[in-house]
Amino acid sequence: MTLVDTAPSTPGSAAPIQTRSERPTSFDPADFGTPSGREVNWKLSDTARLAPLFADEETSGAVEYDLSALEAAGVLVTGDDAARGEIFRPEDLPSAIAWKRSETGLHVRIPAGEVLSEPLIARLRGLGAGLHGNDHIVIEALPDSVATVVLDHSGTAALAQNVEIIVRDRATLTVITVQQWEDDAVHAAAHQAVVGERATLKHIVVSFGGGVVRVNPSVRLAGQGSETALYGLAFSDAGQHLESQVYLFHEGQDTKGDVLYKGALQGQGARTVWIGDVLIGPDATGTDSYEKNQNLVLTDGTRADSIPNLEIETGDIAGAGHASATGRFDDEQLFYLQARGITEETARRLVVAGFLMEIVQRIGIPELEERLAADIEAELARGAGLAPASKAGA
Amino acid sequence: MSTLEIRDLQVSIETDQGTKPILKGVDLTIESGGIHAIMGPNGSGKSTLAYTIAGHPRYNVDGGTITLDGEDVLAMSVDERARAGLFLAMQYPVEIPGVTVANFLRTAKTAIDGEAPAIRGWAKTVNEHMDQLRMDKSFSARNVNEGFSGGEKKRHEILQLELLKPRFAVLDETDSGLDVDALKIVSEGVNRAHETSDLGVLLITHYTRILRYIQPTHVHVFVNGRVAEEGGRELADRLEDEGYDRYLTAQA
Ligand SMILES: Nc1ncnc2c1ncn2[C@@H]1O[C@H](COP(=O)(O)OP(=O)(O)OP(=O)(O)O)[C@@H](O)[C@H]1O
Ligand SMILES: [Mg+2]
Repeated sequence: MTLVDTAPSTPGSAAPIQTRSERPTSFDPADFGTPSGREVNWKLSDTARLAPLFADEETSGAVEYDLSALEAAGVLVTGDDAARGEIFRPEDLPSAIAWKRSETGLHVRIPAGEVLSEPLIARLRGLGAGLHGNDHIVIEALPDSVATVVLDHSGTAALAQNVEIIVRDRATLTVITVQQWEDDAVHAAAHQAVVGERATLKHIVVSFGGGVVRVNPSVRLAGQGSETALYGLAFSDAGQHLESQVYLFHEGQDTKGDVLYKGALQGQGARTVWIGDVLIGPDATGTDSYEKNQNLVLTDGTRADSIPNLEIETGDIAGAGHASATGRFDDEQLFYLQARGITEETARRLVVAGFLMEIVQRIGIPELEERLAADIEAELARGAGLAPASKAGA
Repeated sequence: MSTLEIRDLQVSIETDQGTKPILKGVDLTIESGGIHAIMGPNGSGKSTLAYTIAGHPRYNVDGGTITLDGEDVLAMSVDERARAGLFLAMQYPVEIPGVTVANFLRTAKTAIDGEAPAIRGWAKTVNEHMDQLRMDKSFSARNVNEGFSGGEKKRHEILQLELLKPRFAVLDETDSGLDVDALKIVSEGVNRAHETSDLGVLLITHYTRILRYIQPTHVHVFVNGRVAEEGGRELADRLEDEGYDRYLTAQA
């Protein structure tokens, strides 16, 4: 879609990516101060509403886990076998607390060579708005395996969550996290992944529900010939703050990265934040990398922050680029549809749904695609009575 | 029997340099079954006329009327015009990411007819028409006009024309960019629509070649925002030989 290109909406832009890769990490919450909202990784965040996740306290019972699909597939490991921290390093306070206070120690391991065509869906249901939960989940795909793991969030809670993703050599792993929380949920998730030789990670963040949702995926393409596709979809309604800080590090040779995040905003105070940092390291010759964020503003009174950063430390790459666009409806698309008899309201819905379906169409799981298509329709129905964004407000 | 009547139509657009008048008093009457070719130099306002009939918001109507069987077309929204039976095959069809051709066609048909088409019969009808236009079935699952070649976009426009069955169709350079075979295929589509539903056609073109396949009942020469001359088929042949010099000097 032809969106109006706008300059990054935040003055001063983000810190250089080097700072990002050198960001302090620690397993001890005491090493992180309580975020004030001035820190580089918090300055566009809703620290006031995320505050429950800054409390380093014993937690239990905030979230109910339905792991039956994973149990049936025999992919859960327990006890000494369920090691964590091989690649994960907490980068902020909620993440360090989630590490320390993790309740389930959930560890998913796809056996070597195993090809699982059915998606493995873990259902996480928040049991109450005031309840604080902490968890650290490991998802590990052994060499030559193929699998899809879905973390499906609903209900409400205040959840700090770490997801440690290890894609061993030649494995193909898809991780999808769906946030279909109730309006008062608060969720901060740190996903950290390492991808091995000729392995592939497809990572998809879908945020529809929740008051404040911050899912920050960080992916290191370590192995030669490794690939990743990082996709995101956010539909922010009045009062929602949906955020993703994406970090993609091309470390090995001949790696390929494709980052595409899309957002739609409707209603007073609807907010999205996207920061996309791509670092092409000194040894990452032959890198092919592209990142893009597009936001569609459906009504006035919304705000989309979009900050792409690309840093290249080697001269010998195959290609790299980035793009960011935030805008209102494309009048030509609406005209085309209306010229076929479709009412303006239906035309708007088709265009927005289409804009977001571009991500859904890349998921590759028909049942999940159908559900998300229905969720998008439901979101659009919620916005049916709202006045469309004015041209000047684009 | 329907009549689309354009009287003294004056249209301008807003540009960075201010308001620019483009149509300067267009008179044109098309009846059901009539095939009117409009030929004229680049920039003379042909697409402007086409978009104004369809109701594109960019164009300001400063004077004159457009009526369909006496109904005021200019008072209708874009979608109302389409539902009233007007169709525009665009010179540059628009891409719509994430919306499949199948979904788009069904939604448009439902809007035009006021009810959803029967699922089974509809799929069959769409497939038949795609066959006739030599469009591969895989187009149904593709997003509207996304990645279509120039010629594929034009076939897709004619597919819509055949499926939506309007009373009047404006074809804005539908023949441009078509190879010889595609020109024939697309022309046959227009002729089918003409025969089956007594379609009235406003055919904007730069070339007489399409007029070998689609026989015009009238030819209008469009120069500097108005109709400079009208005639039959022979006028088109004369334009092919002589060009527009005659009109441009007369105007200067
Ligand atoms: N956005 C615009 N800004 C400035 N001028 C415009 C704009 N749109 C149209 N025009 C001008 O209006 C005039 C008529 O354009 P129009 O597209 O109707 O011509 P046309 O007869 O269809 O030409 P062609 O044969 O090249 O398709 C041209 O001079 C064109 O430059
Ligand atoms: Mg034109």
